[in-house]
Amino acid sequence: MLLKALTEAFGVPGQEHEVRDILRDHVRPHCDEVETDSIGNLIAIKRGASKDGPKVMLAAHMDEIGLMVTYIEKSGVLRFYPVGGIDPRVLVSKQVLVGRDRIPGVIGAKPIHLQKRDESEKPFELEGLYIDIGAKDKDEAEKLVKLGDGVIFATQYAEIGSGRAKAKAFDDRVGCAVIAELLAKDRRWGFTLQAVFTVQEEVGARGAQVAAYALEPDLAVALEGTTASDVPGSKEHLYSTRLGKGPALTHTDASLLADMRIVRRLMEVAEARGIPFQLRELAVGGTDAGRIHLIREGIPAGVVSVPTRYIHSPVSIIDKQDFEHTLMLMEAFLDSIDERGLPC
Amino acid sequence: MATRDLADFLAGLVSEAGVSGHEREVAEVAKAQMSGLFDEARHDALGNLILLKRGMGRAPHPRVMLAAHMDEIGLMVTKIEEEGCLRVTEVGGIDRRILPGLEVVVHGRRDLPGVVGAKPPHVQEPDERKKSVKWEDLFIDVGLTADEARELVQVGDTATFATHPSRLKGQLMAGKAMDDRAGVAVMFECLKVLADARHHADVYCVATVQEEVGLRGAITSTYGIVPDIGIAVDVGHGDMLGVPEYDTLTLGKGPAIAFGPQVHPAVFARLKEIADDLDIGVQVEPSPYPGGTDAFAIQVTRGGIPSALISIPLRYMHTAVETVSLADIKKAGRLLAEFVVRLDKKFVEGLTCF
Repeated sequence: MLLKALTEAFGVPGQEHEVRDILRDHVRPHCDEVETDSIGNLIAIKRGASKDGPKVMLAAHMDEIGLMVTYIEKSGVLRFYPVGGIDPRVLVSKQVLVGRDRIPGVIGAKPIHLQKRDESEKPFELEGLYIDIGAKDKDEAEKLVKLGDGVIFATQYAEIGSGRAKAKAFDDRVGCAVIAELLAKDRRWGFTLQAVFTVQEEVGARGAQVAAYALEPDLAVALEGTTASDVPGSKEHLYSTRLGKGPALTHTDASLLADMRIVRRLMEVAEARGIPFQLRELAVGGTDAGRIHLIREGIPAGVVSVPTRYIHSPVSIIDKQDFEHTLMLMEAFLDSIDERGLPC
Repeated sequence: MATRDLADFLAGLVSEAGVSGHEREVAEVAKAQMSGLFDEARHDALGNLILLKRGMGRAPHPRVMLAAHMDEIGLMVTKIEEEGCLRVTEVGGIDRRILPGLEVVVHGRRDLPGVVGAKPPHVQEPDERKKSVKWEDLFIDVGLTADEARELVQVGDTATFATHPSRLKGQLMAGKAMDDRAGVAVMFECLKVLADARHHADVYCVATVQEEVGLRGAITSTYGIVPDIGIAVDVGHGDMLGVPEYDTLTLGKGPAIAFGPQVHPAVFARLKEIADDLDIGVQVEPSPYPGGTDAFAIQVTRGGIPSALISIPLRYMHTAVETVSLADIKKAGRLLAEFVVRLDKKFVEGLTCF
């Protein structure tokens, strides 16, 4: 299953090799060209009917938040630093995999029995944390791990509850899966479809920047996994999105004022085909679209997201219907470009 | 088919759920996996699993009890929220700070995989990560609506960590509930050695219940067995960065033989002597503050039972990634088997002479 393979793959920023390989294998039979660029983006092109027709870019990022090994202690344990936005408070008592060889490790914590009174009133801080791979000393650890190795959470994909799924890295493998499944439908449109699986979004949308420059699309939509905070303790006006209510359309976030013509078109096609959708209610966060829309003389851009609870933590949850509806919405959107032309 | 491989045995055992008071499934698996290694099995009223391996030769046989607790720390559902998420409290001592982003299984009408929610950085208040999470910040998301959740879960249901055990380098294994399934694995190793040995003593291997909430299984099982000697097998804090060396045992350096008020000095001396004699590497664990293990309950049963404590070094106690060395477990099993083999009437009689 594609979403399972993608979410379990290794892909900290700059080390997206496993994700790239899975996607390349998946989309190659359905595309005219599949290539990588110098930063590591995977670019799959489906040519349109005419060479001079419009170019539409869909982007989803392959990378995930993770850790990087920065120091090996004499005792053989690994010091690390986050790559991408991670709250250090989610790291403790978790299993991880280190480097290309996926060496199993754990992030432990001082046992509650040995803590001073009230020690748990303070959060765990990054400086006190490390990864234990069981190496007996630095020499043994160095045979297994190199400085700079990425670290991912050892979380497996599984379906849970009613129609939901849990995994790490739904942000943004869910976006990658939407685009890959769209390509696998083997449809052909009048315009050229540029499917871009980007690198290094979590550290500043760097892959999207160079891909958009090189590909010069007329319009771009980023597919994302975005915060759903519809959980206990969260104030309702901060939910942003809700699981099970369909794909979330972005008006604005910290990086982008979405092109309203794209947002309107998405709403129109959703209504026409009876696809549920919701409007993302928070203005925080950023996506590849925030970078893409400022490329060259500007590219009209929007964002469509699958609502995801607990992003940037070891395990997140989506509603599988939201994924299906996002796929349907994007197909309807592309169809509308053939039927009615670009919205902008 | 019962396994005879230690790693398989321990991995299988820690994969079972057994929060204090809910140890039945752990007991079933432990009994099944040890089948062929004991002569009789029974459960007492509290749920302790008592396996007897009879000694050879003429009665009366000295009676040795080994005890390791099979319960584990966990969570208990206290409320079902409107969003379908579950509020929880702890069973046994849990540092709540390990919970955000942790996978769990809620043991409702059926087992429900779930996630302890972690608030993404994007929606946190400024400086929020400088605060320690409180119990009231925490909830389990099982992917259900409130109505669905109420069908399947009720207040009082327990939840366990969902960690799959993983093999680390150097014979280490990490997972949940190593405290104290590692001790049960020591009894397994001991019985494996005894299967090919001649011993006069009757050996009672007891997988005790409810240790984490007050050594309760050891209280009743010891009373029922009336052993001549009772040895608890539990875990001790392993060496880790950030904790002083003097507070810990070293993983891989062998099991620790504890010494302190809860340990009979002659039993301690005998265990140490056997370890030295057979060159089984061991550590000595000064145990000045008694009370934390089944040995403390054994010691004061009936008119007093000579007791001892073997500790398996374990890192990150009471987290979902408790880490032990399989080599330490094997050695502890062998040490206890040799203790049983060498046990005679004279030694037992000497235990009341101070």
